[in-house]
Amino acid sequence: MATTYTLLSNVTVGSGGAANITFSSIPQTYTDLLIKLSIRQDKPDGYSDIYMKINSSSSNFTIRVLNAVGSSSSSYSSSVGIVGNALGTTSSGGTSSFSNTEIYIPNYTSSNYKSYSSDSVVERNITAWNPIDMIAGLWSNTSAITSLLFESPGYNIEQYSIACLYGISNA
Amino acid sequence: MTTPTKIVVDCSTGQETILPLTAEEIAQREADAAAFAEQRAAEEAAAEAKAALKASAKAKLIAGTPLTEEEADALVL
Repeated sequence: MATTYTLLSNVTVGSGGAANITFSSIPQTYTDLLIKLSIRQDKPDGYSDIYMKINSSSSNFTIRVLNAVGSSSSSYSSSVGIVGNALGTTSSGGTSSFSNTEIYIPNYTSSNYKSYSSDSVVERNITAWNPIDMIAGLWSNTSAITSLLFESPGYNIEQYSIACLYGISNA
Repeated sequence: MTTPTKIVVDCSTGQETILPLTAEEIAQREADAAAFAEQRAAEEAAAEAKAALKASAKAKLIAGTPLTEEEADALVL
């Protein structure tokens, strides 16, 4: 059980946006990692997936997603590193809203495969479809995690988006 | 057109760097976007096909008509 949270980095995207955000040289001195994302991207409307690359790799991911949008729900599997959704630029209520995502990666330094869980919500400040994702992921690689990259492929992450990385110790 | 940038934080030093993407990174980004879109479209199509099979199997069960092997698999696998 986590007992201490240490903020390792807190990034706020500046004017002009960014194609991606990378945390590199992650210290190997913690037990787990926690990432919090507050993101918008420049898709003209709606929302799109946020992806994570581990150690610059987009391979060897096995993902299960539970998704709910409005009154409907679904589930699907994927082989890309989906961690949630990012709100797109929209004129219908979302101009000052950001999606919120929290990703938990236990035992990130171990020599076993790495699992992660994620929950993500796109809050548009309107009553229509505010998607929610619950994600269970596995990265089938035995390397310790030293870097994490977040992007919404094809789109830019917009100004004022935030990414925080925490190291968590169990003692 | 403005060159897209990336933000890299070195967690060992706390140093944050904003760098323009290289031509290679831009090409990789475009390839990633195309590959991810293709992958997701294939996964969504597979999910829709499975849902259609389930719906067909359910309708046949209710009507008391024989299921195909694929429809039976959709219910029990």
